[in-house]
Amino acid sequence: MPLPRLIPCLDVAGGRVVKGVRFRELRDVGDPVELGAAYSDGGADELVFLDISATVTSSAAAAGIAARVAEHVTIPFTFGGGIRTVADATALLEAGADKISVNSAALSRPALIEELARALGSQAVVVAIDTEGGRVRSHSATRDAVRDTVAWAKECEQRGAGELLVTSIDRDGTQDGYDLEQLVALRDAVSLPVIASGGAGNAQHVAAALEVSQAALLASILHEDPARLVTLRDELRELGVQLRDAA
Amino acid sequence: MNVAIAHYGAGNVRSVELAFQRLGATVTDDLEGADLAVLPGVGSARSAMDGLGPAADMLRERHAAGRPILGICLGLQLALDDSEEDGGVEGLGIVPGHAVRLQAERVPRIGWATVDPGGEAYWFAHSYEAQTEATVATSEGHAAIVEHGSFVGVQFHPEKSGAAGARFLQRCLSRV
Repeated sequence: MPLPRLIPCLDVAGGRVVKGVRFRELRDVGDPVELGAAYSDGGADELVFLDISATVTSSAAAAGIAARVAEHVTIPFTFGGGIRTVADATALLEAGADKISVNSAALSRPALIEELARALGSQAVVVAIDTEGGRVRSHSATRDAVRDTVAWAKECEQRGAGELLVTSIDRDGTQDGYDLEQLVALRDAVSLPVIASGGAGNAQHVAAALEVSQAALLASILHEDPARLVTLRDELRELGVQLRDAA
Repeated sequence: MNVAIAHYGAGNVRSVELAFQRLGATVTDDLEGADLAVLPGVGSARSAMDGLGPAADMLRERHAAGRPILGICLGLQLALDDSEEDGGVEGLGIVPGHAVRLQAERVPRIGWATVDPGGEAYWFAHSYEAQTEATVATSEGHAAIVEHGSFVGVQFHPEKSGAAGARFLQRCLSRV
């Protein structure tokens, strides 16, 4: 298996990185390119940018951010938020993104996953799943998608998804630890790589998630501070997690 | 140093272009005349072969003349005789061998993995792999670097592999 991955997540709204607990109370924490480059220098294995703008960002604006990131960041990055068509996704990849992530758009029209996989290759298609109590949530976790999380994960795999980004909504921003039970269920249900998200509070939490998933998404644990990523990597190494030597 | 990147709708052209520009190379459209021709690759084998068009013959001629070509990811797989992808696709036939469905614990195989000999970790993202006698380095048993005449192919993405990737591309440039 490839090395376990640490993936800082940058929530973006209106072209800026923002932070909010449980998708609410947003505040500005910096420029996506500057923060992304700093995380890359701090040893990030990849980056995820999620556009969480309340109003729909135009795909041209999203591609503009991706293009600026690609100029300064030499590790892979994923762009998610507002992607509804193959054309939206293609524009992001052409700008320099490596993967795109879809969530509610795939729930409302699951065939979108097949279309994206055919056009871009599965390796570029991440399906983000927001889950609470084993059920899928949609529209920034504000609605019940009336689907079982494991069943939806299997359907995503069958339709050609390349990775699953699984966020436990009841843990997100709490720093109480990842939902390991849910992650184990998904590990056993699909053979896709799974990125664990939601709830990281300390290195032990991250190490536990990396035991059962291929990657850990890091958000509030980093406090928007790339220096915290450096110390977290050191702590994980001390716990015996084998990480990439980024030098 | 001039580097030409084959344009055929592959998603990672921009990233490859930026990576070579960072190393001081000039990126041109002249596949025939450039010091190094790059066959990038993200996407599926059939649409890539369809998109290559006249560039396919140009690359074959370049290889026959012993002039350097670098194939990246799908670009490596396209250089082989054929691929199992999309129900079977004929490749460029520059390198003897086949692209076959990847046998790994998790597919797609996504992430940083060590390449030996060398010991550096690079970024991989693939569902198919090269099966060829021309393999000169592997990663967890999978072909990672392939060399055949003036063709060098890598399954990983040096353009997305941070400092290690930049060092790899610099070595490619210094060989031409």
